[in-house]
Amino acid sequence: MNTEQIYSGLTEIFHDVFEDQSIVPTPRMTAEDVDDWDSLNHINLIVAIEARFKIKFKTAELESLRNVGQLVDTIAQKLSKG
Amino acid sequence: MADPYTDLGWLPVRDDWSAALEQARAAESQAALDALIQLANCRIDFAQTGRLDRAVQQLATRPLDPAPGIRPIKLAILSSCTVTHLQPGIRVGALRRGLWAEIYEAPYGMYRQELQDPASGLHRFNPDVLLLSLDARHLVGADGSTAEGALELMRDCWQLARALDCVILQQTLLPVFRSLLGNNEHRYRQSPAARVQSVNAQLRALADANGVELLAVDETARWDGIPQWHDEALWHRAKQEIHPRVAHVYGDQVGRVLAALRGRSYKCLVLDLDNTVWGGVIGDDGVAGIQLGQGNAVGEAFLAFQRYALELAGRGVILAVCSKNDEANALEAFEHHPEMLLRPKDIACFVANWNDKATNLRKIAQRLNIGLDALVFADDNPFERNLIRQELPQVAVPELPEDPACYAGCIAAAGYFEGLTVTSEDQERGAQYQANEQREQLRESVTDLGAYLTSLGMQLRHAPFDEIGMARIVQLINKTNQFNLTTRRYTQPEVMAMVSDPHCLHVQLRLLDRFGDNGIIALVIGRLSASRELALDTWLMSCRVLGRQVEAATLSVIAARARRMGATALLGEYCPSPKNGMVKDHYGKLGFELSGEDEGVTRWRLPLERFEPAPVLMNIVEGM
Repeated sequence: MNTEQIYSGLTEIFHDVFEDQSIVPTPRMTAEDVDDWDSLNHINLIVAIEARFKIKFKTAELESLRNVGQLVDTIAQKLSKG
Repeated sequence: MADPYTDLGWLPVRDDWSAALEQARAAESQAALDALIQLANCRIDFAQTGRLDRAVQQLATRPLDPAPGIRPIKLAILSSCTVTHLQPGIRVGALRRGLWAEIYEAPYGMYRQELQDPASGLHRFNPDVLLLSLDARHLVGADGSTAEGALELMRDCWQLARALDCVILQQTLLPVFRSLLGNNEHRYRQSPAARVQSVNAQLRALADANGVELLAVDETARWDGIPQWHDEALWHRAKQEIHPRVAHVYGDQVGRVLAALRGRSYKCLVLDLDNTVWGGVIGDDGVAGIQLGQGNAVGEAFLAFQRYALELAGRGVILAVCSKNDEANALEAFEHHPEMLLRPKDIACFVANWNDKATNLRKIAQRLNIGLDALVFADDNPFERNLIRQELPQVAVPELPEDPACYAGCIAAAGYFEGLTVTSEDQERGAQYQANEQREQLRESVTDLGAYLTSLGMQLRHAPFDEIGMARIVQLINKTNQFNLTTRRYTQPEVMAMVSDPHCLHVQLRLLDRFGDNGIIALVIGRLSASRELALDTWLMSCRVLGRQVEAATLSVIAARARRMGATALLGEYCPSPKNGMVKDHYGKLGFELSGEDEGVTRWRLPLERFEPAPVLMNIVEGM
């Protein structure tokens, strides 16, 4: 799966979790940029990503995430190992 | 096959679910609500549940005044960990069963303060149901904690909650701890895992002794596997003991308990025959040719499903048959197949013909005097299932798996028949319906109604509410929908309070006849006012005894008791609900005069000084 495909999957998840069809995830996007991206929805987002890509994040990985770009890199890394 | 619990496997998959959600959002409010209820009755995951919940929330500008047919219920959640993510699942789980849950969540970890402080948000919210969702680490995770200490803490909470005068729903402990000893963990009392086992084992009896209902997450999670329900990493990160991916499953469990509390559980399992209770087609294969019974794995699977149906009947679920078959062929298997467990006597209503099944299900509901929304229809044929879902959306139609070995698991997972108690009436229900069939046959052979009623040799017994009848009384109050003048629901503590109030009239009535004991079939509750008028707060009756003059006989019982209390008049009240249209003119028929009407609610009055009891064809006897 290439980066573009990950973004495409991520877009659908963002639309579902935040109930906003206009969101376009970009590498520099952070929780500040999205209404409703609070701690509760953050958990929902991560759980949805884990289910969709069939991966499991490590606690430390989640602690260090700072923006969508890092999230996508982490997903890509996990998928390439899988 | 889908996991029955984690995937809500009994609900049908709908491919256009997202599109339908968008459509529903755009619809007029009543149509939108109907559409959203149908979308809740599809197989959805936690994320879809969240989206559905938001759509419902947007629709509800006035949360306490929802559309007709939807009943509000106020649920407060007290917790020791994060539970906010569970709210959408609970609301959708309630909505799936026609209930509108308004939820109050106490601030994180503040459950004791909220209970103790009469000015707290919890007390102001005034819940119908209080859910105590305490996590296992909080209760027994600390060094030196004990099972007894945890039980003591719960009991303290229940005591404090008495002031709220609501139903208490206690969550059992989720077994989240790793073992220290292993298979014989229970021998190491300092082990948190052993403490959880001990608390859960003792909690059952303690809850019963205190009139508390349980939400048995330990049992539900057992079928899914604890790792589905609990993730240690997530606990460290978010203090969520219950994983969001099962939030909709948890919510459905809460929803079904709320439904049971509100009398919304299903009452009747309607069975198709060919490839549902036996393998093959009886019309083609003949009694000797169907697959059923020992020695063949498929035959044994059908037998196991029959056994499950019989066990349900044993606790009060009504069984019926709805099959496309010649009746003679279908009955032959019930009467003559040596391995059949289901026999004609177990089936309260047997319909086998070539009409469409929607027509037949209507007929079954009518013959049994129950609503269509009390029926669960089990059929292996996807075409018939979809037809019924379209024609009769009130009927629950489980998505039976292809393998008959999984039928019982599917029905069980759906929780259609969620019950809170089993009364002796429940256990005798099958026999009562059978006796009803015999009465019907007698009625058909006797043309004169009076002669028929006389031939029944009826005896109506009446007494104030008592301890022995309490479980049945509370059950009747909370599940009678049709013959129910006001549809007021009361909890056991509330009913107990009435019993100790000298100005409260409370009567239970039992009907016996030559075919047997119908059990407690009617209840009346009234209150004497200072002006010596007795206002009838509740009058309800089981539809099984309609057309037998019980209404008139009950009135003469009430009138006599009211006079003894010093009353000069009876005041009646009819509050319309979606289901009680049949009693709209109940008081008029009994000779009450209409005294007022307000938004469909009618008020009636019957002066007692000139009241003469109508003659009835039964003996009326005091004492149960």
